[in-house]
Amino acid sequence: MAPTKFNGKDHVHGDPIEIPPLACGAMADSKPFVASPAMQKPLGFPGELVDNWQEKAINRLGELVNGSRALRVYLDSCVKCGACTDKCHYFMGTGDPKNMPVARQDLLRSVYRRYFTLGGKIAPKLVGARDLTRDVLDEWYSYFHQCSQCRRCSVFCPYGIDTAEVSMAARDIMDTIGLGQKYSNEIIGKVFNVGNNLGLPQKALRATLESLEEEIEEDTGVPVKLPLDVKGADILLVTPSADFFASPHMEGLIGYAKVLHEAGVSWTLSSYASEAANFGMFVGSHENMKKVAERIRIAAEELGVKRLVFGECGHAWRVAYSFLNTLVGPLDFLDQNYPIPQHICEFTNDLIENGKLRFDKSKNDEFRLTFHDSCNVARASRMGDKPGGQFEIPRAILRATCNHFFDMAPETIHEKTLCCGGGGGLLTDELMDVRLKGAQPRMRALQEVAEEHGVTHMAAICAICKAQFSKVLPQFGFDMESIVSVHQMVSNAILMTGSRQAEEYDAAHAAPVS
Amino acid sequence: MSSYEVNGLVAEHDEEGYLKDIHQWNPELAGLIAQSENINMTPDHWEVVNFLRDYYEEYQIAPAVRILVKEMTKKFGKEKGDQKALYALFPYGPAKQACKIAGLPKPTGCV
Repeated sequence: MAPTKFNGKDHVHGDPIEIPPLACGAMADSKPFVASPAMQKPLGFPGELVDNWQEKAINRLGELVNGSRALRVYLDSCVKCGACTDKCHYFMGTGDPKNMPVARQDLLRSVYRRYFTLGGKIAPKLVGARDLTRDVLDEWYSYFHQCSQCRRCSVFCPYGIDTAEVSMAARDIMDTIGLGQKYSNEIIGKVFNVGNNLGLPQKALRATLESLEEEIEEDTGVPVKLPLDVKGADILLVTPSADFFASPHMEGLIGYAKVLHEAGVSWTLSSYASEAANFGMFVGSHENMKKVAERIRIAAEELGVKRLVFGECGHAWRVAYSFLNTLVGPLDFLDQNYPIPQHICEFTNDLIENGKLRFDKSKNDEFRLTFHDSCNVARASRMGDKPGGQFEIPRAILRATCNHFFDMAPETIHEKTLCCGGGGGLLTDELMDVRLKGAQPRMRALQEVAEEHGVTHMAAICAICKAQFSKVLPQFGFDMESIVSVHQMVSNAILMTGSRQAEEYDAAHAAPVS
Repeated sequence: MSSYEVNGLVAEHDEEGYLKDIHQWNPELAGLIAQSENINMTPDHWEVVNFLRDYYEEYQIAPAVRILVKEMTKKFGKEKGDQKALYALFPYGPAKQACKIAGLPKPTGCV
């Protein structure tokens, strides 16, 4: 873990969205490790910074603004109104003014103005235009890796400028000139080579799933299966590979398996598409995002499934819900009577609404829960058939499975949710300092409900949020295990037909014989 | 790139201290890596490290935390085998930190 002087326990009390005192340049040295040539090349990027990087970078910026009217509008339309300045969790946590969204955008905007606007070409100083120098590039590398692309700032921008798109463009340009980020690019390479971010081979995946099957049967008496590569199954479940490795992710996977079993559907996982995540989005590379997404379509076609269901992963759901059809569609070989794709929370909630699942909520009585809306689900997608379904459906599942549920402050949830601090390709150890500081607003909101309502646990539906929180919670004085999966709560409370839990529950609740 | 040196062996590691060539690993080297992580290797630490290495040899990856916990519960009993006990042994996480000491690659992704 990278050294940090930040002690979360000193910062956990207070207004979650308090405006910090300015700390100019405080985070200038924060930057991730650079990708090695071996990590760059499989993604189609130069191995290291090319000699004519300045020229290439400007050309690439030109291609991007010509290819995306949205990006050009984002770069042209800012009026410096200041609405976004205090909305970024990294600004709130660090006080560094370059982490104000407008300042982050200006890192790219100033270069765009210099080379692509008349004013910037003629009188750069008058319009805030800058030459693309090595110092500017270094600033890009540092501060575009202090943006988790969570889009909270864009909710408050009267022009709807999307800083995430700006930071994706900047990362795309840096990759194009050979300055890539190790964490994300190494991971994308593993997806191409092995099928998932983790680098988990098929044999290990199979062994892991078999171990879980044994465990579930031991615990419940029900032979719940976690099928792998089964041709002709109805549903392909695509889930983040963290679900096969980390906690509390895996406890969520157990929950999906129990629900799918109880629903009586035939389903399978795929070793070829054993990853829902798509880091191609984080690095802003359309080509790599498409290549990662293609694996899902190929697996679905080869296995001959009719439906596509996604597990708990925030940005995966954004890519699936918002982009999958454009990237690799049309998915006309799937059953059009079901949502394409469907979120596991939609799947579970439909069963709950139709009275198909039984729960013993008291099994979760040790949990006094709140829910952390993950940014990509909250602000870049939807669930169900009503607006706001992405907020209501996970909460409906928690309320159906737990007796004690309390929301955090309204300015920190739903579309105004605060990022966990580790999203957008920042979930890497060398960025721990900015991750901790960025988590501060969410930790304060959690502290408030812990004090007001005795909340003990926070549930989430994103693999990054879960991993980030299990690392940062202890630094703020919370228990490491106080982050849970939504389907972990389902797993704890579900009364599967014929299970030991159902028998015990029915025996305890049987009408007394008179 | 820096390296570890122990008994005449020079073993290169990456920016985060993971061995470049996992075949260079030996128990003395593990002790040295542990030292750089402020960990004093006890027999309990060795149980975890040895299990990780055996698992890696078979599956080319470290085991899931839950599987590691299950295995250590078998070995140590319930109280010393839970996730928290593993974190007490390896404060920066039984997966990442113990992998580093065991000479294995770092688990990547959303973990």
